[in-house]
Amino acid sequence: MIYADNAATTKMSEAAIQTMTALFQEAWGNPSSLYGHGQEAKEVLEKAREEIAAVIGAQSQEILFTSGGSEADNQAIRSAAALGAKKGKRHIVSTAFEHHAVLHTLKKLEEEGFEVTLLPVHENGIVRPEEVAAAIREDTCLVTVMFANNEIGTIQPIREIGAICREKGVLFHTDAVQAVGHLPIDVNADNIDMLSASAHKFHGPKGVGFLYVRKGIRLTNLIEGGAQERGKRAGTENVPGNAAMATALRETASQMPETTARLTVIRDRIIRGLSEIPHAALNGDAERRLPSNINFCFEGIEGESLLLLLDDKGICASSGSACTSGSLDPSHVLLAIGRVHDVAHGSLRLSIGEDITEEEADYIVRSVKDVVAYLRSFSPIWRDLTEGKKQFIL
Amino acid sequence: MALYSEKVMDHFRNPRNVGVIEDANGIGEVGNAKCGDIMKMYLKIEDDVVQDVKFETFGCGSAIASSSMATELIKGKPVSEVMKLTNKAVAEALDGLPAYKMHCSVLAEEAIHSALEDYQKRTGKSI
Repeated sequence: MIYADNAATTKMSEAAIQTMTALFQEAWGNPSSLYGHGQEAKEVLEKAREEIAAVIGAQSQEILFTSGGSEADNQAIRSAAALGAKKGKRHIVSTAFEHHAVLHTLKKLEEEGFEVTLLPVHENGIVRPEEVAAAIREDTCLVTVMFANNEIGTIQPIREIGAICREKGVLFHTDAVQAVGHLPIDVNADNIDMLSASAHKFHGPKGVGFLYVRKGIRLTNLIEGGAQERGKRAGTENVPGNAAMATALRETASQMPETTARLTVIRDRIIRGLSEIPHAALNGDAERRLPSNINFCFEGIEGESLLLLLDDKGICASSGSACTSGSLDPSHVLLAIGRVHDVAHGSLRLSIGEDITEEEADYIVRSVKDVVAYLRSFSPIWRDLTEGKKQFIL
Repeated sequence: MALYSEKVMDHFRNPRNVGVIEDANGIGEVGNAKCGDIMKMYLKIEDDVVQDVKFETFGCGSAIASSSMATELIKGKPVSEVMKLTNKAVAEALDGLPAYKMHCSVLAEEAIHSALEDYQKRTGKSI
């Protein structure tokens, strides 16, 4: 099996599994207990917090453990909204292609009286800092822009956007779920006030994540109860999960330079190969994208059938077609970069892993070429296009 | 637990009656590219019997499987019987479809009915 869906989730690293299983047996105490066994668990937890903070240039007390990226996004946005509301500021700036954890939270806030501006992301899938600057108003309480897009992998000008927010005195949050462990991040140099991350995107366990919150920013609780996480997130801490997240992050981040160099070469090899397919187009900027991400639209075919046939060939991938989302509309990300419905249904996302070989990359290209040609051979749209009854879009 | 039944996967992987009938006397096309499904059915009707049927489909796995199964259900059948084909019959023959994929079987039914209407128009015959 060639697993090319690392943007969906990653396999846990051996080291992270070891950390986790060992802790299930050893430090299973409650970190809030005062006896030695509980305090051992507390030490493990705080060490994990320090290690995670170090990777992104933060201080350990600025790291809040959560159940994952979605919770972190919810809490960051809710907190900024609550702070803004106190000062009568009820406007939020974001982008059209954020993750649903952000978009749906913003939708809720709109129902509660907030006003949201969603910036365009243009054909290349990149937000323009000058448009962020222009969108910020007197009553703007938050700018939230993702670090790298989960579908098309485009990397956003986070540092520039952060600088604009700082200059205008507006809080800046970034959903960095796809970026943490894979791209260099320094919360100070990058002018980030809040950042969300999820462990299972960098070979850690599922159900674990963190929120970085710059010192001095008051959080709003999503979960009330005990005084865990400095009183900002109740519930007995997931000690083994958080420690395994730290192990995974340290390991993934330490290999980043080599991984980036190697994956970029393989990514571009696959992009070159798939570009040979007629009436196909790469989605998102060719260079300013995650080293692991390849996303194409193929005219005249539908994504779900493409995925099923790739699965038969041992390749795990994903698509932005409506049929894979269970709704009638294809991916909001593809629509945001200007792909029309007809071609957005025929999309393929490959998110390759660190261990992919050149042979596997070539096998992926061959397989996609074969499957696309096969599906086109009995596609009525493809017939209309090739017979000139319809105009090609791509 | 697989997304689809074995039957659906079989018809998706090895679709029956794929292609075009050059001298078809009933052609129906339903669906639209915007929604992600288009089915086109070609019928060759002689002596009020569907002698041959072929399809072309742009769509997901269950759309392709529904088209394939529908062609099997109507091939060699008298037109009067084909007229009564329902989406339920297509879905049942496939050992069921996930609820949110039932519209694929509806499309198959509509494509066949649309091809029959085309046949009626062309030949002036009532069914």
